[in-house]
This record gives sequence, C-alpha cells and structure tokens, in this order.
Amino acid sequence: MLSQLVRKVERPPRLIDEEGRRADGRKVDELRRIKIEVGVLKNADGSCYLEQGRNKIMAAVYGPRELHPRHLAMPDRAILRCRYHMVPFSVLERKSPAPTRREIELSKVIREALEPAIFLEYFPRTTIDVFIEVIQADGGTRCAGITAAAVALADAGIPMRDLVAAIAVGKVEGQLVLDPMDLEDRYGEADMPVAMMPSLGKITLLQADGLMTLEEFEKALELAMRGIKEIYNKQKEALREKYLAIKREVEVT
Amino acid sequence: MPRSEEIIPKIKRQQIMSMLAKGERLDGRRLDEYRPISIELGVVEKAEGSAMVRLGNTISIAGVKVELGKPYPDTPDEGAFIVNAEFLPLASPTFEPGPPDESAIEVARVVDRGIRSSGAIDLKKLCILPGEKVWVVYIDVYVLNHDGNMMDASGLATIAALLIAKMPKVAVKEGKVTILDEWVPLPVVNRPVPVTMAKIGEKIVVDPSLDEELVMDCRITVTIDESDRICAVQKGIGGSLTVDDVKYASKLAVEKAKEIRKALPPLPSIEDVEWIVKEGQ
Repeated sequence: MLSQLVRKVERPPRLIDEEGRRADGRKVDELRRIKIEVGVLKNADGSCYLEQGRNKIMAAVYGPRELHPRHLAMPDRAILRCRYHMVPFSVLERKSPAPTRREIELSKVIREALEPAIFLEYFPRTTIDVFIEVIQADGGTRCAGITAAAVALADAGIPMRDLVAAIAVGKVEGQLVLDPMDLEDRYGEADMPVAMMPSLGKITLLQADGLMTLEEFEKALELAMRGIKEIYNKQKEALREKYLAIKREVEVT
Repeated sequence: MPRSEEIIPKIKRQQIMSMLAKGERLDGRRLDEYRPISIELGVVEKAEGSAMVRLGNTISIAGVKVELGKPYPDTPDEGAFIVNAEFLPLASPTFEPGPPDESAIEVARVVDRGIRSSGAIDLKKLCILPGEKVWVVYIDVYVLNHDGNMMDASGLATIAALLIAKMPKVAVKEGKVTILDEWVPLPVVNRPVPVTMAKIGEKIVVDPSLDEELVMDCRITVTIDESDRICAVQKGIGGSLTVDDVKYASKLAVEKAKEIRKALPPLPSIEDVEWIVKEGQ
C-alpha cells in the first residue's frame, strides 16, 4: 500500500495542546505504535524488522563467525562489530550513502550498548556482526535500532544476559515526553536516548543533548525506564510469537 | 579500537582495585578529585583563539579559526561552528596516523553537543547576510599526550579557546561584505564544562587517569552549563551503570563543573560590541 508522502516537517503552533495531546495525538507518556517481526531475512543468522511510528528499521546479525582480518581476533572472547547506517532516502533531504560522523558515533555507542548483554567469552577468536539499516527515519532511530538489534541477536541464538531495550525521552515546550518523533526532536529543547537491560536494571546507553535541570534529568530517567519496560515486553512477545508460529505449523502437519 | 592494544599489568590492576576499595587512588587523589588543571591561553598567535589544557599529564590543544561561509539551509540567519578532534600519533604509542577514528569522533561530537546545547556561541550574531553569508567557526582539537580523560581536556581547551577568541568586524554595503581590520570578541555567552567519571567496580571516580581508564568498567561524561543545567551526557565504552550511578554522577558533575569553571577565563563583555557595520542604509 502506498502511504502518503511527507514532503516537509512544519512546526505546528503548539507541539502539546491544552489537553496534553501531542502533534500525533499521543499523550506525553505514550509510545508510538510498535511492530516487531523476527527472522525476516533468510541469509542472516538472526534478524528483526521493527516499526516504531514512522521509523522503519532492519537489523541483522551474522555470527559468531570467523573474523577477517584475523589479527583483530581476541584469544579469550568474540568481538562485537556494529554498523548503524541510514539509507539515502530515509530522510527528507537525501543523505549521502557514505557514513557520516554521526553514524560512526552511533555505531560505536550502539555496540557499547549491546556488548554488556552478550556472553562474548563463549566464542573466542570470532566476530559477531550487527548491521542496522534505517529504512525510514522519524526520530529515535538509534533506540529503535538497539531494540531491533537485541531481538536479532536473540533470534540468532546468541547467549545473552538480557535483552537490551531502548527509548528516548524528549523535552518539548517545557514538558518531558516519551519517545519523541522527529518533529518534537527538531523543535524540542532536549533529547535523551536511554538503553537498558531491563531485568538487570542496568543502563547500557545514555546520551543527552539540549538543556535539562538535574530534577528534569532524573524525571526523564524514570520516564525512560517506564517506556523501556513496555518495549521489553513487545520484544519478548515478538520472539515468543516466532516460535509459537513454528509450533502451530508443526501441529497442523 | 586503538586503546585495546594498551596493556596494564595484572598487579597494577589489583592495586588500583584494592586501593579503591579503601577509597584511595593510585596517585593519591580523592575519588572526586581532579588532577591539577592548567589552562594556557593564546598559545597560538596566528589562531583567532587558542588554549592548551593540561590535566595531569594529558595535554590537549584547541585552536579557533573563523571563515566566511554559507549558512545551513535550515538556519539561514545563524552562523555555524564545526568541532573536529584528532588523537595525534605523537600522543600515545597506540595512536596511529590517519583520519579520526570513532573515539576521536566521539570526543568531537560530545564537545560539540556541550557547546551547541548550552548555546555557548550566540550564532545569530554571526549572521552577516541571511541565507547568504555567515561566519563559520572552526574549532580543531588535538590531543598531544594521552594520560586519560581526553574528553575533559579537549572540552576545556575548546571553551577556553572560544572565550578568548577574537574575530574581525565586517562592513556590509549594498550586499557586499568587506572584512575590516578591527577585532572584536567572539559572541560567547555560556561556559559548558564537561565532567568525566569512570565506574571501577562499585566506585565512581572523576577524571580517570590512563591506568584507571584501562581498568574501568564504564565511563560517563556529563556536561554542565553556567546555570547548573545538564547540556550533554554520554555514556562511554561498554559496561553498564545503574540508575543510582547515573543520579550520583550527574549531581557530582554539577558540583565539579562549578569548581573547574573558576579556572576558565570569564565570559567576554559583549554588550556594546558590533560585529557587523551596515553602511548606506
């Protein structure tokens, strides 16, 4: 189905109305609609397709596999490599396909967000490669990328301490909002992406820009944790659904 | 991953850990104590602004150059600035020549976020002809010696260099821009200070030395602006933090930033400064 083309992002007069509704009708502490599909790419060892509002993300995991060049291999554990990339048509202004400094930084922080969750020591001398392709971007793609990558890692059967779930909290017109979209990110006052291993209560990614007081920062953290719990449940549901589908298929035949 | 080649003897690791358990550090500092900070201003006469920062044995030098350029299409009435950071091969046996790697890019982008979010540079004042001509401020940061916490050394060097930077006035006449031989301060209105902390075992220490960085489990940088607001956060390397760690680190950062800001030059007085002389209007 052809969706309606979005040509430009115009700032509405108010980003949050009197009733506390946001430009897309959400409440301040409401996530965008999330859809997670598991095992969508046949070649990859694990994969995940994720939609979060208008964000469309594809994540794939290859490995543990042999590493080239070999001298990068670690004798006591696997290395984790990660590439976050946006396709040129994922945003309104065409983005050059070459990796930007932003993408290089995000690839690094995403790798560091996933690393603590993986039992890398089980697979010495190998690599685990995570590829995140942003097919369409609408704010919060690094978080959506981490959420998708964690599901893909689980789909690849890689032993993990916990899933990693991520969400951003923004500040818009003085109010904290969960899961800001591009519009709110662009015209908002602050943006704080957070990733956690929810069951372990460990933060594995934390960034922020814009201005926040200490008090707002702490409140934003609490709000992020609430969002992360919801996303965590969606991740588990999606993974469970993949195996339930197989089970149904087997039982029919 | 340049630092993966750096090696720390097991015995030193054990010593750091056992001392930390008693609340002590290898170099005798308290857990919330910075190494001695020295900020040398104007070390490069040919740069519009410059500063060399020493944080213990870590040395970072920042230089500011301004050039005329075109504004970004989404901000036609604002000047622009670009932060670039490089770890020079002379700074450490593990650094190699070549374009900035991901760690250097990370430093540049975290420093950039601090300046940008705090509105440290009044970019509106750098607009000469909306949509056509603006000043572009280039900030280049070079690490000369790596002994841990390149982030804070680079962030401090950057803001120090900006604070003392001078730029020429311009005259605009019938759409023509002439650069005058009259120098005015860069419109700097905020002094963001980055505070980097390392989590080692269960302890959090500020301004980690290289030895401490080699054993740390996680790193966090919190940048604080003049009115104690958080203007940039970055968790670094692998590892994880608890919510309590983050809350503790952000409070500590506010406290430390206040202390460190005293070592910076004051904000330039710019009330009566004119950056652009409009003629024939």
